[in-house]
Amino acid sequence: MTRFVLRRVLQGMFSILGASVIIFVVTRLSGDPVVLMLPPEAPEAMVSQMRERLGLDLPIWQQYFMFLSDAVTGDFGNSYRWEMPVLELIRERLPATIYLASAALVFSLMLSIPFGVLSAVWRGSWFDRFAKGVAMLGQAMPNFWVGLLLIIVFAIGLEWLPAYGADTPKHVILPAIALGWYPVAAQTRIVRSAMLDVLDSDYIRMGRSVGVPEGVLIWKYAFRNAAVPLVTMMGVYFASMLGGAFVVEVVFAWPGLGRTVVEALFARDFPVVQAGVLFAALMFVAANLVVDLSYGLIDPRIRNDR
Amino acid sequence: MTADATDLPQGTRPSLLMRLPGRDFPWISVTILVGVLLLAFIGPWVSPWQPQALDLRSAFNPPVWVEGGSWAHPLGTDNLGRDILSRIIAGTRISVIVAFWAIVLSGALGTLIGMIAGYFGGWADIVIMRLVDIQLSIPPLALALILAAVLDPGLQTVVIVIVVTYWSWYARIVRGEILSLREREYVALARIAGCGPVTIFTRHLAPNIVNTLLVLATLQVGQVIIFEASLSFLGLGIQTPQISWGVMLADARGYITNAWWAITMPGIAIMLTCLASNLFGDWLRDVLDPRRKQL
Repeated sequence: MTRFVLRRVLQGMFSILGASVIIFVVTRLSGDPVVLMLPPEAPEAMVSQMRERLGLDLPIWQQYFMFLSDAVTGDFGNSYRWEMPVLELIRERLPATIYLASAALVFSLMLSIPFGVLSAVWRGSWFDRFAKGVAMLGQAMPNFWVGLLLIIVFAIGLEWLPAYGADTPKHVILPAIALGWYPVAAQTRIVRSAMLDVLDSDYIRMGRSVGVPEGVLIWKYAFRNAAVPLVTMMGVYFASMLGGAFVVEVVFAWPGLGRTVVEALFARDFPVVQAGVLFAALMFVAANLVVDLSYGLIDPRIRNDR
Repeated sequence: MTADATDLPQGTRPSLLMRLPGRDFPWISVTILVGVLLLAFIGPWVSPWQPQALDLRSAFNPPVWVEGGSWAHPLGTDNLGRDILSRIIAGTRISVIVAFWAIVLSGALGTLIGMIAGYFGGWADIVIMRLVDIQLSIPPLALALILAAVLDPGLQTVVIVIVVTYWSWYARIVRGEILSLREREYVALARIAGCGPVTIFTRHLAPNIVNTLLVLATLQVGQVIIFEASLSFLGLGIQTPQISWGVMLADARGYITNAWWAITMPGIAIMLTCLASNLFGDWLRDVLDPRRKQL
């Protein structure tokens, strides 16, 4: 088991390292930030002085190693635009994104758990088809479009909920729905097939035959076991929502990391883009690691594989 | 191939095309997909208006079923009086072009890489799979955003971004398939008979993964269309004189309080196309390979 954990952790670290190279190189190709930071009539001497100050005159591999050695100590440089340490900026914006992603995850579970459980119980019924339809719809709509529709109906039309910003708890409802609808299909499928397996098992039949009420049987005895695959995948859903929140955050003017990265992109604010995407990758890898390890704990076959 | 225990005598197995219709054939989805494809080609001839034609006097006309709407603009007009139906029709072309090139190129690249990793194994496999891991560790949209910002925005960039994002998808699945096919006797026999890797790939391995690729490609259509819309919406994809559904949404966001239909209609086009291709892909998967429900 220790070897398995060690190998997975090393693999994860390698992925992050690779991702950092890709992110660094690609952002460097996107043009000279100094041109955007200084007025066009700035003298040449000033431009080159600025480049030197930011270390942009060095060869790219040297810039990368500087970036890496600083990053390990938590120093991601200063934002060109906000004139503050990137880490501080991220620390300021990340909580809003985590809050939004958590709310979206809660929303998706509020749909997918009843959908999955009841679809399995009433297999082939109209409810089964209805749940599948709602779930498939979520996969067929861009999340930002769902967001815009929600704004039209609930913010502009009915004036029930605010459309922009993050001042009150009410503000999170619409963006959370927009972000949380997409994974419903996958989650419902997992819960449904796990429930079908469990419902077929002897202990459930046994329980039914000795007269355990159907509701207790389904929710207490069956669902608790059927939830295992969903729980192990939870980290992945959460991470993918963190990583996918860019457009939704832009639509709702949500003060999170996603919108910050998009804005930084347009401003060629390299350090912010690099660190923002790297953080997203880090959470992605960490979530996958947790899933792998929890599967390894449950299933020894995976642990010993290769 | 999949040797179902059908009671048909040898040699009379109906061809794939013959077997396709029948069992829950998704007629509505296929009709929508064929319709989108057709409109992409004949759009300019059936479109009621010029998609770029301005007419400020009829700006913000609502759709025909809303009070104040008329049959002249069945789905309404935008802030510049441009006909939304005509613009949606014009947008099908971009969607089809993007989907076609993105899927063909990412599928070809991913398949080739996956075949190499699966067939040769060893170092090639390790290097390729680590690359796939790295690729998968960056959230797709995040990678797309930084790439789109580097390259000049436009159709080509959208295709490149999607290829870079999705090749690993194909590579991983093809590798898995090849790993199991490689051990089959006929592959070993072909190798002993002196066939080179190219012959083994094209004659003996490729035909066995065609079904998988077909299903993957169909299921990718919806994702590609949403990807394009997201990039264009952020201003990193298709640019304004060109018309795509994502561009229409980006434009319409500016006057969301005045014209809900300018947001709703292009989105419905996206939704229907995605829904149709997802349903068709699901059906195809069930028909082509009933053993693998979880692709």
